Amino acid sequence: MISFSQVSKRYPGGLEALRGVTLTIERSEMVFITGPSGAGKSTVLKLMAAIERPTSGSVLVNNQNIGRLRPRAVPFLRRNFGLIFQDQKLLFDRSAFDNVMLPLAITGFERREAGRRVRAALDKVGLLAKEKFNPVRLSGGEQQRLAIARAIVHRPAVLLADEPTGNLDAAYALELGELFRSFNQVGVTVVIATHDESLAARLKPRRIALKEGRAA
Amino acid sequence: MKAWLWHQLDAFVTTLARFARTPVVALLNFGVIGIALALPVGLYVALDNLQGMTRTLASDPQLSVFLALDAGRADVDGIATRLRRHPGVRESRYVSREAALKELKASTGLADVVDSLPANPLPDAFIVVPRNAAPDALEGLRDEVSKWPKVTHVQLDAAWARRLDAGLRVARLTVWILATLFAFALVAVTFNTIRLQILTRREEIEVSKLIGATDSFIRRPFLYFGALQGLAGGLAAWGIIWVGIYLLNGGLAELSRLYATPIELRHLGLADSASLLAFSAALGWFGSWLSVNQHLAHIEPR
Repeated sequence: MISFSQVSKRYPGGLEALRGVTLTIERSEMVFITGPSGAGKSTVLKLMAAIERPTSGSVLVNNQNIGRLRPRAVPFLRRNFGLIFQDQKLLFDRSAFDNVMLPLAITGFERREAGRRVRAALDKVGLLAKEKFNPVRLSGGEQQRLAIARAIVHRPAVLLADEPTGNLDAAYALELGELFRSFNQVGVTVVIATHDESLAARLKPRRIALKEGRAA
Repeated sequence: MKAWLWHQLDAFVTTLARFARTPVVALLNFGVIGIALALPVGLYVALDNLQGMTRTLASDPQLSVFLALDAGRADVDGIATRLRRHPGVRESRYVSREAALKELKASTGLADVVDSLPANPLPDAFIVVPRNAAPDALEGLRDEVSKWPKVTHVQLDAAWARRLDAGLRVARLTVWILATLFAFALVAVTFNTIRLQILTRREEIEVSKLIGATDSFIRRPFLYFGALQGLAGGLAAWGIIWVGIYLLNGGLAELSRLYATPIELRHLGLADSASLLAFSAALGWFGSWLSVNQHLAHIEPR
């Protein structure tokens, strides 16, 4: 499903985030990408979603070469993914419901069916009662769960999460781990970049360890 | 197809919601655009009305040939013959001094004044309709006839109308220059409004791009916004013009009663109104298109 071969990424300014990384992720796998800060975990996720392009080597997603992807094709590639960011990137000018609606609005979903799906996603993360709330009124853990609802509402094949438990205390982190496990159980490929050891110990995923931009 | 329609409807509703969220700003923008458009359009309406008046007045150029007061019967007959035989004259009509006086008494309500005159001050005259209405031919005929004996003065009746027409041509050019300038202003206003919107919606645009929004999806609400703002501005301009003409006609009613001639300004016609609205909407769309193309490219998620 996703494969890197001899991938290097150098950012403008000279920072070498990845040096010759080769990895493969199969469909319906759960994979943790681990390593200390600055090891290149986020860069791996960004390359998968075509947020960045490799400096050399090839990144294949569904047999599409990210490095050669035309700009017009990028949005359609990204619809395969559900993205979860450490800083959530929620929109504070609208309700929780409308935040989760965004991916469906983008794909032009029929409105009534979209509403049903949004509620199902909110229910899945336990926020159905707070659908009318502005995200500002939600706690840190609730905000992260809202971000997950937004990431799964369009039923993506792959879930990419960058440090999803970064700002959460242990109890919330456990809750989140269970959510990821349940998505994986219904066939969603889950890729999580994290240095949260307790999460890894609980979910027992395959691990890809990075160190200074290389597979360790 | 269905998805496409949903997208359009969605963008339309979103745009209306954005106007509603900042009603004062929206109304001020409509007002600014409306006033900017009302200036050239108002001038256009004024010209249109003036032109309508001159067209009825200056349809047939005529020459008035006035004879000397001491011209006798023989002189009149001689000139009548010469005019009839002249190749440049299509028609000539003799107006005797008595007939002219009678006409003056009847048409101007100056009967008392005319009656009090000791003698008829009017000369014999001919009204000449030339065969060729071109300005050069008219002036040639005037110069020729005025050299004939016992002819004191030849007046080209259409001359003032022609001068007015030339003036109107300059005014029309002014309208076009003004319209171009204000069209530019409309595009600039829209460009800036959209620029500010893009800046305040930067986060939304970034997130949308991250979750797979195409450029046209992101662009659409801004284009709608620009077009609708332009359209609303056009409507404001139309309203300003309508109220202006309505008020002026109120004042003109008084004037037309005093002069005993109907003077009334015509409103913008259907075609002109439609093109005003279409033009303002298109300019708004264009302004936002420029702005979106300029600014969206700089927003890439990192």
